[in-house]
Amino acid sequence: MAIRRLLIANRGEIAARVIRTCRDRGIETVLAASEADLDTLPAKLADRTLCIGSAHPSASYLKAETIVQAALGAGADAIHPGYGFLAENPVLARLCEREGVIFVGPSAAQLEEAGDKLRARTAAQAAGVPVMPGGAVESIEAAALLARRIGMPLLIKAVGGGGGRGVKRVDDPKGLADAMALAGAEAGAAFGDARIYLERFVARARHVEVQVLGDGERVVHLGTRDCSVQRRYQKLIEEATAPDLAPAMRDGIHDAALRFAAHLSYRNAGTVEFLIDIERETFYFLEMNARIQVEHPVTEAVTGIDLVAEQIAIAEGARLRLVQADVDFDGCAIECRINAEDPEHDFRPSPGIIREARWPAGEGVRVDTHIVTGSRVAPFYDSLLGKIVAHGRDRETALARLAKAIGETRIEGIATNLAFHAAVLADPEFARGGVDTGYLARLGARAAPARVEA
Amino acid sequence: MKLTAEDIGEIMRLLDASHFDELVLEMDGVKLALKRGVRGPVLDVAPERSNAAAPEPAERPRAAEVADPDTVAVAAPLLGVFYRAPKPGAAPFVELGSRVEEDTVVAIIEVMKLMNSVRAGVRGEIVDIAAENGAMVEYGQTLLRVRKG
Repeated sequence: MAIRRLLIANRGEIAARVIRTCRDRGIETVLAASEADLDTLPAKLADRTLCIGSAHPSASYLKAETIVQAALGAGADAIHPGYGFLAENPVLARLCEREGVIFVGPSAAQLEEAGDKLRARTAAQAAGVPVMPGGAVESIEAAALLARRIGMPLLIKAVGGGGGRGVKRVDDPKGLADAMALAGAEAGAAFGDARIYLERFVARARHVEVQVLGDGERVVHLGTRDCSVQRRYQKLIEEATAPDLAPAMRDGIHDAALRFAAHLSYRNAGTVEFLIDIERETFYFLEMNARIQVEHPVTEAVTGIDLVAEQIAIAEGARLRLVQADVDFDGCAIECRINAEDPEHDFRPSPGIIREARWPAGEGVRVDTHIVTGSRVAPFYDSLLGKIVAHGRDRETALARLAKAIGETRIEGIATNLAFHAAVLADPEFARGGVDTGYLARLGARAAPARVEA
Repeated sequence: MKLTAEDIGEIMRLLDASHFDELVLEMDGVKLALKRGVRGPVLDVAPERSNAAAPEPAERPRAAEVADPDTVAVAAPLLGVFYRAPKPGAAPFVELGSRVEEDTVVAIIEVMKLMNSVRAGVRGEIVDIAAENGAMVEYGQTLLRVRKG
């Protein structure tokens, strides 16, 4: 069924991004916004804005019943959940199924499968996809046994966690019992699920993920993204396609992602994440994100495919419009996440009013943002101000364009990580490509003495 | 104009999203009668109209717009469908001129078949009924106004 009116159950840059594709396709948009977001750019861009509750996410963006009621009341055929909030919550997907509203995402059952890290691990094994040595543990004795097999150091992860939250590193077997007790208690408090599992810690690793599209019957991949530039498991710079990968490794990762998605009969855009063990020259399945991702524009830049448009077409019940041979990769695209956080003060969040916002433009430059001069950065939500993406025929061109674009950007009134991005882009190690996930921490350590001097 | 299968699907969907249980449509000699199944609890409130079709961008009246300092707006505590009466055919909770106490129930707001009562929050007299029975109201929208005292 053709979607004629779509409710967007999200905010910020992704809300603006979804509205853009809807406008291209002649779909009316209804924005479900909290009280704090009624005067934002997405609210101005949407055909209609409904206030669904007060500022705190638990009183607005996390209320599945209210969001479905808003869709029904506004006569919307479909709900796009964006990322975060209820995007991967089976409750919203199931409520949509019950009320006959199209959920622009996978089925509730697929969300349950992909969202539970242990079930996803089991599914990966069933699909013949390599998983990290490790597994669930129910007792300290079992954990000690498993830890001997995995080796030290290892990671304790929360089953209900994700995005780097709920992860603890253990370096010494003697500390395992204490760390497990703490991790279980923290996971219970943070995610309402105290279950934990163990995984090998890979000292030198790269984070490489594969974008997939599935219609429930067939899946295609749209290549890799490298997201190794991370700070405390939070991605800051991403690029497509992943640089400096041996062809056999690249093919192996593509193939593994397709096998996993096909095993789930996946329907929607999704991302299968892998960890590359640089020393062992092998890769492991990490998790699947069953939603549009923050870093999707780099894939759009190199493939020329509008991922939100494909999500909508799939949600309408259409078969995939692509076969694998249609997907071509043109050059390189790199993205910087511009956050309202202060690198000079341990990246602490920096809410406030934007006195001036001047975003870059030019050949091969794309900006996805909700921030304009006068915007208010509320303390209730994530700190993402916008994403600056540069595309070029090769990595060198993309990098040069991105550095110039970052230099042109002015965000006044709050602290941002713009200068931090400029420093990374100017660093020869990053310019060479293929850095590991420990890169940012090392760069910080190198830069620290200079900062003291300044 | 001919009624296609797609049209009927669309009409069924609108019926489903509305609070009507039954719809009869006659056009060009075709009579279409649709009845909602006993899928879930049927709403026992009589709405005056369906608000599912063709929503108009509504104004967003704010409590601050009330000029009279003695008049207080009763704002919607949540987004949902506004009803003035507890049951179909029943008398409204309040009318213009009704006296209310702080805890007097003045309306209900339905969210996915769940009824939430709205209380006056202030003692006084109802001087305005700002929202339409059966219409969707947003969080913070003015439902009624009460003159204190």
